[in-house]
Amino acid sequence: MQELEHILDEALKQFAAIEQAAELEQVKARYLGKEGRLSELLKGLGKLSAAERPAAGARVNQVKQAIEIALQQRRDELQQRQLQLKLAAEALDVTLPGRGQGCGGLHPVTRTLERIESLFHSLGFAATTGPEIETDFYNFTALNIPENHPARAMHDTFYIDPQHVLRTHTSPVQVRYMETHQPPLKIISSGRVYRVDSDATHSPMFHQVEGLWVDENISFANLKGVVQDFLQHFFERDDLRVRFRPSFFPFTEPSAEMDMSWNGGWLEIGGCGMVHPNVLKHVNIDSEKYLGFAFGLGVERLAMLRYGVNDLRLFYESDLRFLKQFN
Amino acid sequence: MKFSENWLRTLVDTKLSSEELAHLLTMAGLEVESLESVAPAFNNVVVAEVLEIVKHPNADKLNVCQVNVGEAQPLTIVCGAANVAVGVKVPCARIGAVLPGDLVIKQAKVRGIESFGMLCSDKELGLAVESQGLWLLPGDAPVGKALREYLDLDDNIFTLKLTPNRSDCSGMVGVAREVAALTGGALKQLDIPTQPVALSEQLPVKVADAVACPLYCGRLVRNVNAAALTPAWMLRRLERSGLRAINAVVDITNYVMLEMGQPMHAFDVAKLSGGIVVRKALKGESLTLLNDQTVALDEEVLVIADEKRTLAIAGVMGGQGSGVGTATQHVFLESAFFVPDSIAGKARRFGLATDSSFRFERGVDFSATRQALERATQLLLEICGGSAGAISEVRGQLPARLPIRLRRARVARVLGIPLDDIQITTLLRRLQLGCEAKGDYYLVTPPSFRFDLSIEEDLIEELARLFGYDNIPAQVPQAALIMLPNSESQRPLARIRQMLVARDYQEIVSYAFVEEQVERELCGNDQPVALQNPIASNLAVMRSSLIGGLVGALRFNLNRKQTRVRLFEAGACFAKVNNEYVQKQRLSGLAYGAAQPEQWGAAAQPVDFYDVKADVEAFFAPQVLRFVPAIHPALHPGRSAQIYCGEQTVGWIGELHPHWQQQYDLVQPAVWFEIELDALTQAHVPRMSEINKFLPARRDLAVLVDEAVAVQALLDAMRQVSDHYVVEVALFDLYRGKGLGEGKKSLAFRVLLQDTQKTLTDIEIDQCIARLVAVLQQHGAQLRV
Repeated sequence: MQELEHILDEALKQFAAIEQAAELEQVKARYLGKEGRLSELLKGLGKLSAAERPAAGARVNQVKQAIEIALQQRRDELQQRQLQLKLAAEALDVTLPGRGQGCGGLHPVTRTLERIESLFHSLGFAATTGPEIETDFYNFTALNIPENHPARAMHDTFYIDPQHVLRTHTSPVQVRYMETHQPPLKIISSGRVYRVDSDATHSPMFHQVEGLWVDENISFANLKGVVQDFLQHFFERDDLRVRFRPSFFPFTEPSAEMDMSWNGGWLEIGGCGMVHPNVLKHVNIDSEKYLGFAFGLGVERLAMLRYGVNDLRLFYESDLRFLKQFN
Repeated sequence: MKFSENWLRTLVDTKLSSEELAHLLTMAGLEVESLESVAPAFNNVVVAEVLEIVKHPNADKLNVCQVNVGEAQPLTIVCGAANVAVGVKVPCARIGAVLPGDLVIKQAKVRGIESFGMLCSDKELGLAVESQGLWLLPGDAPVGKALREYLDLDDNIFTLKLTPNRSDCSGMVGVAREVAALTGGALKQLDIPTQPVALSEQLPVKVADAVACPLYCGRLVRNVNAAALTPAWMLRRLERSGLRAINAVVDITNYVMLEMGQPMHAFDVAKLSGGIVVRKALKGESLTLLNDQTVALDEEVLVIADEKRTLAIAGVMGGQGSGVGTATQHVFLESAFFVPDSIAGKARRFGLATDSSFRFERGVDFSATRQALERATQLLLEICGGSAGAISEVRGQLPARLPIRLRRARVARVLGIPLDDIQITTLLRRLQLGCEAKGDYYLVTPPSFRFDLSIEEDLIEELARLFGYDNIPAQVPQAALIMLPNSESQRPLARIRQMLVARDYQEIVSYAFVEEQVERELCGNDQPVALQNPIASNLAVMRSSLIGGLVGALRFNLNRKQTRVRLFEAGACFAKVNNEYVQKQRLSGLAYGAAQPEQWGAAAQPVDFYDVKADVEAFFAPQVLRFVPAIHPALHPGRSAQIYCGEQTVGWIGELHPHWQQQYDLVQPAVWFEIELDALTQAHVPRMSEINKFLPARRDLAVLVDEAVAVQALLDAMRQVSDHYVVEVALFDLYRGKGLGEGKKSLAFRVLLQDTQKTLTDIEIDQCIARLVAVLQQHGAQLRV
């Protein structure tokens, strides 16, 4: 039986020396094949006595198993090595840039508007829109600004014809919406507005967001609450303070100018107030039963403060070096 | 409105500092736009008189002066100013004085001579930007007096941004009244004694339109010295209110307007014919105004006239022919009340904005009309002398101030916090509002000077204003939670924008008004919607397409060395159709330069029609679009198409016309598209259909056709075979070149066939393909094998 040990020893050495999978299978036959050395030995078992046979048989099988295990191990090793070689050969320079189309971006005003709308949406404000060429009636008269009222001079208006203007504010949307909807109502409306004014801090076209909430118990205190809440969320600053100053808009009473604390001072960011009873009367809403507040915010101003834009004109120049900073 | 703080303080007692006063006014709705000191800080500067001048022994341009500063001994001061002369009175900075720019005046030797101070120019005192030497003060300037005191330089100028409702504060008396209401401080009433009547004469006054002019007061003052000098204190107040000095009489009327808020006018009696008539102008009348402008009048305009001609536009501006000059001897002073409606818009109609119209169209206190005339007379007699006649007054129906019901409960409901009885009545009284308690409400009567209080809400605003907006808490509303509708068959614009962003388009926002030429050239629009008052000629018409803004933005960026530009904009486009303004929201994009960002492994290729077409198709997916060749003024006629979604035209796509490409200095073609936003926002709510468990069979068909044959025609023809086994026909290859022959192209189509009930047999498939081939052949296609 010394031969058995010898065979095992020889097989192990031989397997270990083999580097090719195909060669390994050839060598395997030499030991485990029909003509292999172990088969020979097994055949030889018949020559042994009945008493010796089981032990010898068991011994041969042990060696056979050991060889099979060694073979499988070597197979795995070779396969693994093969895989490693393949993987190494396939390695990429992962630092090469990716290929394909680039990515554009939204205009900072759009980005700001979407943010404003989503904040108000979370309070249940529905978004609505209105025309930019507006009738004199909706832009002024229905908002309690009769012809020749000095308040018209506050709006440097672009005229298309005597009855049509480029809307000077988003407030006409209030009226249009209230004409077709019954309270309670809560809307937000944003878009382009126009004034005959152009210098470093004024653009003849800019954006406003208008908010309106009409319900049975809506108060000036609520207006303050909603606006303050909005600004704190918009700027993500709990310490931001909002100041309301008495002002005058013919379509709100009481009216207020909204200021926001900024860098130790106050910045004007829009106008607001309680919807004037005359405006409600125009749209057949009972001002005894319903109260409402409305506010208008300058979108560019908010965008400038939020993103540190220092010149209003940049918004309309379409300079990619500017626009891409907001992507 | 601008005014001197010191003037205000003569009319109301307050301990507040300038800044506190400004804050108080701002927080009460009288926004202080600016608060500026009259003079920068300096000290130790006095009025001095030059007594003697000797040439400096060591310097040509210097003089050694003996200067009287009101002390026993004159000071020796070396001075380099060319205009120094014996006898002039000039400001003198004494040793130790600190001048603007932190310049400290020390005793110093100037070229060997000790100098004990400095004679100053107005520039050196920070009161002028440029100066021509020493500041020569009036001959009566008191020697030795501190300059700041003499010229009242420790004063500030307040600039108020008055809202149209607060005309009551367009005079100093009104601002003082407001400060008193806000602080509780005492108001100092002006002392206006009734002036003695020394003249029996009166000019007859006839008011033909008593509705427009319910109160007219006027008086004759004879033998005035109109050449008299306006006193310095009055000039200072006028100047600090932003008014120029004109002559003593006009300065006085202006002063009374600033003081009491009552615009006044003075006529030269020698230029009048008979009495005064207040009437509507006649059609065809014209008048040359004090500013040399000649205006055509009509029945809409209220005028002041005499028996022969029109003298002034009432409440707006006087005429040239009747104004007061320094030679005037006799004047007629006018103080009237014109109702706001009769003045509103009149100044603007003639392109004017005067101090007078500003006040009248907002409302002037009709209870002080006569008093203002007395005040003007008082000042006139004091300054110009003369003798005054009795006041001619014509009085009609003045505006009524009706009591307004103010409910305590309504106050609480509007403001969100309750105010108690004492708070309400105290606040109302401070505002001089008459207030009568009636159980749960009050009857409140506004004073004559308030034109802005007519309903309950107006009073509530007044209460809130005085109570302080800051003292009203910020409260989040409580309301029923109601879900918002959310239509799945509408795609929000925000999502559409994201699709463009994902395909490498950068959003821009451009002006909605463009140059007329752009509309004509790029949109073929000869009748754009035009603005009556454009801000500039290149922003004169409303755009009918977004193309102008995109091309402009492209050029802007190319000029800044960008080479690849992909832009989009969403916005309204305007047209006038059948007398209606049509305002359609559109989405438009423009691509220029390489199709993809420059990168390794892919050759740089300029963007072409098909790249952009793929973008447009992706925006509409899963809807399938059709592109029909069509001519657009902006586009290459062979490379442009109208876009159809179903039967509906939804937009345009194409390459910019080579002509415009050249005109706009574009090196490469730009591809543009524009889509109706309505079409893009429509979406289908998906509905599942069974998944076909039989695998599709694929057959490819390659055909040779003439270049002129459109792929769409072949696809349409194949689809029309309407064999229900054919589930998809699509082009997957196009080949031109070698071996095909001149003017030919090879097209390869993929055909997918499938049945829902069984696997198709080869025979069925072959039959089907044969039908497709037959149709292709009918269209001149030749099957390639």
